[in-house]
Amino acid sequence: MTVIANILIIATISFGTIFILVTAIGLIRLPDAYSRAHAASKSATLGVMSILLGVFFHFWLNEGSFNSRILLGIVFLFVTGPVGGHMMGRAAYISGVKMWDKSVRDDLAEVVKKKRELEK
Amino acid sequence: MTTFLWVIVVLIGISLLGFLYRLVKGPTTPDRVIALDAIGVGIISLIGLISILFDTGYFLDVILLLAILSFIGTVAFSKFTEKGVIIQRDRNS
Repeated sequence: MTVIANILIIATISFGTIFILVTAIGLIRLPDAYSRAHAASKSATLGVMSILLGVFFHFWLNEGSFNSRILLGIVFLFVTGPVGGHMMGRAAYISGVKMWDKSVRDDLAEVVKKKRELEK
Repeated sequence: MTTFLWVIVVLIGISLLGFLYRLVKGPTTPDRVIALDAIGVGIISLIGLISILFDTGYFLDVILLLAILSFIGTVAFSKFTEKGVIIQRDRNS
């Protein structure tokens, strides 16, 4: 039983660590703020959720204490991580951060332009 | 198991250094805020691993606290870069 629990813990924690390393690579290598936000908000959330799931399995299966605070933390991170990334991307666009010069589409430009003209 | 956990801690430390590079260098403010959010996530996972290593469950409250603080910080920074204020009185703008 302990061996199966340890295999489960090692699998989930390794999965999460791979995703956090991918986040670091994405934050260093990607060209502009929007693609960096895309890297950080999604894969970091998945990575930390997986690592916390491993911690939860450790405390449940090896220590025998069903710790509901970790589950609450997982749910909270799952809800708030993409919301924070989205708000930051919208704030970056409205405050005028330039996109990468090889980007091919900008669907939000005409909407923001129309809104600005309405406000004048 | 302990060796594996220390290796994971070192790997997450390396990725925290990557986030810190983007936090220092990042050309615009949103880059820095995104890096701060990612640093919060990395610290949360480090605390989870360290609570396994130290064999105690008392650190697990810190996970919730850091998640809430990181989210509030991201929202406050994004409102500030978008409108210049954090708490807005005028709801129609």
